[in-house]
Amino acid sequence: MADTNALLQLVPRAEGKQSMKDFKSDQEVRWCPGCGDYAVLAAVQGFMPQLGLAKENIVFVSGIGCSSRFPYYMNTYGMHSIHGRAPAIATGLAASRRDLSVWVVTGDGDALSIGGNHLVHALRRNVNLKILLFNNRIYGLTKGQYSPTSEVGKITKSTPMGSLDAPFNPVSLALGAEASFVARTVDSDRKHLTEVLRQAAEHPGTALIEIYQNCNIFNDGAFDVLKDRERAEEAVIRLEHGQPIRFGADGAKGVVRDPRTGDLEVVAVTADNEGDVLVHDAHAASPTTAFALSRLADPDTLHHTPIGVLRSVERPVYDTLMSEQLDTAVEQNGKGDLAALLAGNDTWTVVG
Amino acid sequence: MTSQVSSPAEQTDGADETVVGAQRKPVGTKDVRRLDRVIIRFAGDSGDGMQLTGDRFTSETASFGNDLSTLPNFPAEIRAPAGTLPGVSSFQLHFADHDILTPGDAPNVLVAMNPAALKANVGDLPRGAEIIVNTDEFTKRAMQKVGYDTSPLDDGSLDGYRLHPVPLTTLTVEALKEFDLSRKEAERSKNMFALGLLSWMYHRPTEGTEKFLKSKFAKKPDIAEANIAAYRAGWNFGETTEDFAVSYEVAPAATAFPPGTYRNISGNLSLAYGLIAASRQADLPLFLGSYPITPASDILHELSRHKNFGVRTFQAEDEIAGIGAALGAAFGGSLAVTTTSGPGVALKSETIGLAVSLELPLLVVDIQRGGPSTGLPTKTEQADLLQAMYGRNGEAPVPVVAPRTPADCFDAALEAARIALTYRTPVFLLSDGYLANGSEPWRIPETDELPDLAVRFAQGPNHTLDDGTEVFWPYKRDPHTLARPWAVPGTPGLEHRIGGIEKQDGTGNISYDPANHDFMVRTRQAKVDGIAVPDLEVDDPDGARTLVLGWGSTYGPITAAVRRLRTAGEPVAQAHLRHLNPFPANLGAVLKRYDKVVVPEMNLGQLATLIRAKYLVDAQSYNQVNGMPFKAEQLATVLKEAIDG
Repeated sequence: MADTNALLQLVPRAEGKQSMKDFKSDQEVRWCPGCGDYAVLAAVQGFMPQLGLAKENIVFVSGIGCSSRFPYYMNTYGMHSIHGRAPAIATGLAASRRDLSVWVVTGDGDALSIGGNHLVHALRRNVNLKILLFNNRIYGLTKGQYSPTSEVGKITKSTPMGSLDAPFNPVSLALGAEASFVARTVDSDRKHLTEVLRQAAEHPGTALIEIYQNCNIFNDGAFDVLKDRERAEEAVIRLEHGQPIRFGADGAKGVVRDPRTGDLEVVAVTADNEGDVLVHDAHAASPTTAFALSRLADPDTLHHTPIGVLRSVERPVYDTLMSEQLDTAVEQNGKGDLAALLAGNDTWTVVG
Repeated sequence: MTSQVSSPAEQTDGADETVVGAQRKPVGTKDVRRLDRVIIRFAGDSGDGMQLTGDRFTSETASFGNDLSTLPNFPAEIRAPAGTLPGVSSFQLHFADHDILTPGDAPNVLVAMNPAALKANVGDLPRGAEIIVNTDEFTKRAMQKVGYDTSPLDDGSLDGYRLHPVPLTTLTVEALKEFDLSRKEAERSKNMFALGLLSWMYHRPTEGTEKFLKSKFAKKPDIAEANIAAYRAGWNFGETTEDFAVSYEVAPAATAFPPGTYRNISGNLSLAYGLIAASRQADLPLFLGSYPITPASDILHELSRHKNFGVRTFQAEDEIAGIGAALGAAFGGSLAVTTTSGPGVALKSETIGLAVSLELPLLVVDIQRGGPSTGLPTKTEQADLLQAMYGRNGEAPVPVVAPRTPADCFDAALEAARIALTYRTPVFLLSDGYLANGSEPWRIPETDELPDLAVRFAQGPNHTLDDGTEVFWPYKRDPHTLARPWAVPGTPGLEHRIGGIEKQDGTGNISYDPANHDFMVRTRQAKVDGIAVPDLEVDDPDGARTLVLGWGSTYGPITAAVRRLRTAGEPVAQAHLRHLNPFPANLGAVLKRYDKVVVPEMNLGQLATLIRAKYLVDAQSYNQVNGMPFKAEQLATVLKEAIDG
């Protein structure tokens, strides 16, 4: 595959041809039968040979939660860390080892609740990380409490009368946190998921991929509206860079800008307004339109949910800048001389 | 053997009387008296530049070759309300012609820049001490602000002291009238006037300070010249005014120091240097993940300046991310460090536990301060020992190393790195605010004296399965150290996954097996218990029956107290722990040799708790938690009571 990302050139490539099997570890996968995680794991294991990097230079770092078991099943280097901290740990690894391809696997509770701070700061810094955020809108591993992406009024064990707090929209949040790459995809759409992974891998800097993932035990069918062929046609807005944003049967619906407010709205496309349909520009310097797109989705019904790459822009990458400062320091001051450092400028000598 | 102190600059400046490092003698005919040691305290408002003044006097003193010890003491507020007692900032310096161990109990000289500084400090002075006050600041309003109804300068309350009333502000402004400065700007140089006066009183070399001022204000040459003028005016004032009839000589501590090249160094600086040295000795890049916190931030600042050593410093979004990033870098093969103080350790606890479970090298540097909670951010304490020992969920043993003096922070950092790298474990380095900001002369080591910390990453399979397959087992241990292999990403064939869930012995795969968990818990403990640490040395020349046992920064005051007792003919044994976990193997035997064991600590008895529990010894605690180091006299009294009791 064609590399557009110079940072990817720093990671050694595989010598021979790789197959999906090369990326499967010898550990038995222990997710519940029917879990959406299986599909994501298969998609990632299937994508890795396409990426073609030496597998010893790939690291998966995760936090805590069902999805965070992911690294155990990848035959790469991996760390299953503690709740919410994977972006911080991965930041240290990526910033100190630019020859590695570092991936973070996290969930809606891990990334947006206990680890919210680390996520937003990783995005703001633009560390060279690829973050896969499995969003099932529920706490699975602790057996079914509502999560920070659950819809208001969610009845769970911890909210028998319904949850009270408004959910995060992870894509909106990431855009607000200065993310340079934000995408959304769905566990069951292998082709779409793989394409988003490809674009994320090529992106220099932090890439956040929100993956809608079904928890068939505690929140089954949460995304059916986006998966069911008939309903999905009306509910899902597939974004493709450079293409008019149209969806519905035969592209009957489109997204246009309301000239009065500047906001986006969904309209029935007619001969008159066809020219007004917004053309998706993932590379737009301003995140404003991407943010507006992320707000089209109804948090309860998920109608008008955009999927695909909402934003992909290049901006300076933290680990590159850090590395450049080290080089500059050597250029300016020479390579560190320990004896000179310890001696300093103000010494005296005691002669025996 | 004869010793002499010389300065590298002496050769070039031979004819000049103001030689760097050489005593500058007054040219007048006033009396000169010889002293063996002096304790000076500079005190003023937190905006008066007292820390800078103290630092400069310290540098002059260091370059002259006295032994010295310093105690900066300042409020947590950056600019506390002017003229108030909480706003007083002070700097105490003890210097001598022999080796000394503490910044001194009671100042011989107090420089008080305002009424608040006088009021806050006069209680610490012995009768007969000299007090230099800036009379310009003793206005009615300023005195009332701190509760002086009458002026202490004339109401007789200072009769027991040798008072030198000096209009420092007026004299400074007068000295700078040729400069194009506002009165306010000129007044700001009054600390340099005071420094000049004190430099005259004690025959300090002056060239270093002039050079320092030129470089500090390189971009504002007018200000540099004004400060130098104020500094010289202070010196000349001492020389000419009749109020100061005597000046003092304190000879270099020629015999106190083994031969070598010396510099003055603070604990945080020597700790930062120790980390850089460890990185070089291990041939691993240094990675610091940290979040600003008093009194640890200076280590972050210092390491940030040395990127040309390959040092990466990461100012994280919080304490947790600081250690998280460090742990990530450790996984990648860096010498990883996080620096913090007590509240930060609390936040990092879970990640330290993960590091225990992952068995990766990681240095956790805790510059202890007064607690609990925010506590006393700028004051010292030793109350994080039990947090370092036990502050985690589960059985999570972590080695603990503590430096004893500011310069010793260098060696302690290397020792902590040795343990972390050899045993693949997080290690606590417990310094404190007193060590961090205090300073003393340091014999600069030759780089070939430094310990070899070379590490070997795993390069290939380390285990053969029954069917003959060669595999890599991330938790197959070295039989001697019980350390697991450190296989860094990028090594082909060694791909493996580690995590915080309990691991099967050997393979490292997830295991919930009860017997395996029991084995792994005991093995992690055995690894830490088995760390090779040197035996505890006991200093007991007289066959004493009482042992005083300390750890960390109490070394100076304890040793000074022990010397006083011995001089007075009281035998007392002394031992000081560098390794708090594991303890030296001979500690139990040492404790049992004495009738009495006294443990002075700046906490409520944390080391005493540990040794009582482990060795069933009836150790007596002596505790102080007032944010300040022990005074030698106070400890000597306590030890005497223990000996007699």
